[in-house]
Amino acid sequence: MPLDVEARPATEGVDVSRHRESVEIATGVHWIGALDPTLRTFDIILRTANGTTYNAYAIRGSQGVAIVDTVKIEFSSEFFARLETVARYDEIRAIVLNHLEPDHTGALPELMRRAPQARLYVSTRATSMLKALLKPKEEERRFVYTTVGTGDEISLGERTLRFLHTPFLHWPDTQCTYLVEQQVLFSGDVFGCHYCDSRLFNDRVGEFRFSFDYYYAHIMRPFKQHVMDALKLIEPLSIKMVAPAHGPILRDRPRRYITHYRELSTSSLAGAICNKEKTLIIFYMSSYGNTARMAEAVCAGAEERGGVRVSLYDLEGGEIEPFVDLIEEADALAFGSPTINGDAVKPVWDLLSSLAVVNLKGKIGAAFGSYGWSGEAVRMIEDRMRGLKMRIPISGLRVKLIPTDEELEACRDFGCRLSDALSGGKNEPAVIDFADLA
Amino acid sequence: MPKAKITFEDVEQTVNVPAGTRIIEVSEKIGAGIIYGCREGDCGTCMMHVTEGWNNLTEPSVLEEKILRENMASRHDRLACQAQILGNCKVKPA
Repeated sequence: MPLDVEARPATEGVDVSRHRESVEIATGVHWIGALDPTLRTFDIILRTANGTTYNAYAIRGSQGVAIVDTVKIEFSSEFFARLETVARYDEIRAIVLNHLEPDHTGALPELMRRAPQARLYVSTRATSMLKALLKPKEEERRFVYTTVGTGDEISLGERTLRFLHTPFLHWPDTQCTYLVEQQVLFSGDVFGCHYCDSRLFNDRVGEFRFSFDYYYAHIMRPFKQHVMDALKLIEPLSIKMVAPAHGPILRDRPRRYITHYRELSTSSLAGAICNKEKTLIIFYMSSYGNTARMAEAVCAGAEERGGVRVSLYDLEGGEIEPFVDLIEEADALAFGSPTINGDAVKPVWDLLSSLAVVNLKGKIGAAFGSYGWSGEAVRMIEDRMRGLKMRIPISGLRVKLIPTDEELEACRDFGCRLSDALSGGKNEPAVIDFADLA
Repeated sequence: MPKAKITFEDVEQTVNVPAGTRIIEVSEKIGAGIIYGCREGDCGTCMMHVTEGWNNLTEPSVLEEKILRENMASRHDRLACQAQILGNCKVKPA
């Protein structure tokens, strides 16, 4: 018999900052998390203006209790206090870990000590991380866990937990857990945000849309393809409530947030560039106009071949953020920088150090520039791009001071070869000899 | 010296190499998509998939086996910084 989400009356006017009890979010399903209202910086990379929550849940069935996620270690006492209002430790049959990051597993070792009979359920990708997190001593190495994948289920009697394998959201180990009978999705960090509000539910808390988008932009954006893969599993489900690991519980029109994730993961105006057309973006900085002239020649050469949409930007005239958006969508990037005091110039590094939020793996990179006496910038930029998992099929081009007509022709040729590499390297020989490689 | 052909499927490029050459030496030069981290067989970043000629690479060492296991490698995955080319093979990023 299907069970209802219900339990609204108990949550009307909820304020969990006033007590350390559990909150029933659906019949037999309790929030047992913790509030962290004074947190301002999360994980070094994220800021939050009103803290965050570490959401954990207890699900009661006739055959035992399951705990989904725990909290950051400093908040263990709040978590255990809330847990104890809803279950005894010897009733806990299962501990489900949707994500192993320490803000969700801080209280895990103590929970395992208090409920030694409970079995851990983690995703198939989580085992090496689990061992690294728990660091079991030799004599404890036999701790019991079960790895689960999409479609695996555990039954608590009248309630069933079904797992969805959703890796890389935002660690390799991440998964979602679906409470089948009540259609509640415990989504881990997915659909979460750093927003602390003791009223807990999305229809009660303050305005949190900006936090939701900000969280996506910094945590999920580098993994857009994995978000799309996960949505293929999540979208077909009937969902009455999404219960994430951070921020408000989404019980009012939860589908909107799922749809919003698809929108955020889909390129805006994607159709504006023809599918078959590859894109190359050339960024440059120039002090005396020499690198600028090289950039223009590279651009002209790349365009000559056709089939590649080339854009040319002077870094001096733009902001980092929109350039990051452009880079995310591009197939190839070329950077032109003069060498000043043995280094590439700062605007180039500023942009190249702002790309952690986008996926660059496999994009083509290239570097060029004019120099006065040593010319290290080009190689340094290439190394940085390799570090960003880009590939550099064409060795960089350097010109001493003012480019001659022949040198500008070489820049043009550099652009042509870049364009060829982008459209599949048609002009390269089928087999090359190792000895011919630079 | 015996020669062997290695094909990097992601960039559709084949290279004729002296037997015994490590894959890392070739793939970086032609700009194939295999990515390197520590370059000494410890981090697993350069895991690649061998689509043909699995037996034409040197056997993985005990250490490489361990790293492959830890990184949940599938059957024909190898570390490009460790594997040496003995005969014709085809590889792509894992």
